[in-house]
Amino acid sequence: MTAPSSEVGPLRLGEQIPDGSFLSVLTHRGEAPSWEPGSGSTGDLPEATTVLALTWSDGVVMAGDRRATAGNLIAHRRVRKVYPADDHSAVAISGTAGMAVELIKLFQTELEHYEKIEGNRLSLDGKANFLARMIRGNLALAFQGLIVIPLFCGYDHDQSTGRLFSFDVVGGTYDELHYATTGSGGMEARAFLKSAWRDDLAPDEAVATAVEALVAAAEEDAATGGPDPRRGIFPNVLVVTEAGVAELTDDELEPIVDQVLAGRP
Amino acid sequence: MTMPFYVPPEQLVKDRADFARKGISRGRPIVVAQVAEGILLVGQNASPTLRKIGEIYDRIAFAGVGRFNEFETLRVAGVRYADLKGYSYARADVTGRGLANAYSQTLGQVFSHEVKPYEVDIVVAEVASVPEEDALYRVQFDGTLRDAPGLAVLGSEEDAIAAAMADQHGPEVPLIAALRAACSAIDAASEQPADDAAWETGFLDRSAARRSFRRLSTEEISAALA
Repeated sequence: MTAPSSEVGPLRLGEQIPDGSFLSVLTHRGEAPSWEPGSGSTGDLPEATTVLALTWSDGVVMAGDRRATAGNLIAHRRVRKVYPADDHSAVAISGTAGMAVELIKLFQTELEHYEKIEGNRLSLDGKANFLARMIRGNLALAFQGLIVIPLFCGYDHDQSTGRLFSFDVVGGTYDELHYATTGSGGMEARAFLKSAWRDDLAPDEAVATAVEALVAAAEEDAATGGPDPRRGIFPNVLVVTEAGVAELTDDELEPIVDQVLAGRP
Repeated sequence: MTMPFYVPPEQLVKDRADFARKGISRGRPIVVAQVAEGILLVGQNASPTLRKIGEIYDRIAFAGVGRFNEFETLRVAGVRYADLKGYSYARADVTGRGLANAYSQTLGQVFSHEVKPYEVDIVVAEVASVPEEDALYRVQFDGTLRDAPGLAVLGSEEDAIAAAMADQHGPEVPLIAALRAACSAIDAASEQPADDAAWETGFLDRSAARRSFRRLSTEEISAALA
């Protein structure tokens, strides 16, 4: 990544930005985050692993484990992979942790920037498309192993429903109906969700299902960290409804995690 | 061959200032007032989409009178400045003082170097968790930057409205009372009174955790003015 310039320039009046987006402002000024394509192993960079999202009757639940791995080591035990993107949407990431966190910060700024400049919010599809564009911009690095794959969900006020989107490495955007997972433990989590998901999940059931899917993934995938109540490590869980994005606190999660762990075979 | 006439700099500056003042004095007034719950920004605006009051950042709002395209250019440049600074450093590093300074520098440059000065008068309002740290900065067309503690009035009939608001702002005055006072002062100073839908408002909420700017709903305004 290029070093941030030592001063943020004075006001530039009437600057011609092609589409007015914050990313284009950064690109125009040569300050867009960039990582030089290099060679050699990327196995020692921290990787964020399993995240998932599922819909329930009135919204979406998004959850992620807390582990980041570097090769066969655990790099961090309390990484955050699930973030609110704005008032009514959330984004989760897997892949090269440093790039993913920067991507999310840029995405959050972009949504707020658009809202302030234009005076209204982007549609949910618009947000998903913009995220896809950012992933696509990273394609050259993805082929070198620096992959970032997000999940995106939000409440769509036009359709009065919670929706979720998954992505692939070339920026392909997929409107998922029921659930989506990504990351190293994604396969296991998906297998669990395939049997556990119902279309009439209550909010507390949806949260418990999300937590159990992460536990199931952690049981099979070494790179996914399960909940660890003894150390106070709990997954990040966000619930998105018409009212907005709410994050569950560790205190709220503890009984759910205890119940899930007690019920595992 | 024609020789350019000599124009003394005093005359040049005076002509430009007179030109800008003439444009601004036609602008409909906007009141920016400190209240107990935060900072209130209010003005008559028949258009629900062409805004004169806007959000800049977490605790900072913008209000402008004069030519729409010019203060809109300033507002957009301010949002870019703030978002870029918050993205490069941290959200807490974006301050009203920094932004007001940037506006001041820029308007000063435009005044003396461009073909015509901007016909605008703007306010940068910054709310803090305690009223003593609230800040209002007034930036004029020539780059003059002034601190306007507690109250700033922009546009026509500035003095009359400021006099009417003199004891209707400050940390003891509730939002509703200040809104009512500001609307009646603006109505009294202008030819036609506005209906409830024609008020454009902005409110910086002192108690908000992050983005503190919101617009008051038509119901809130109607209730206050009833």
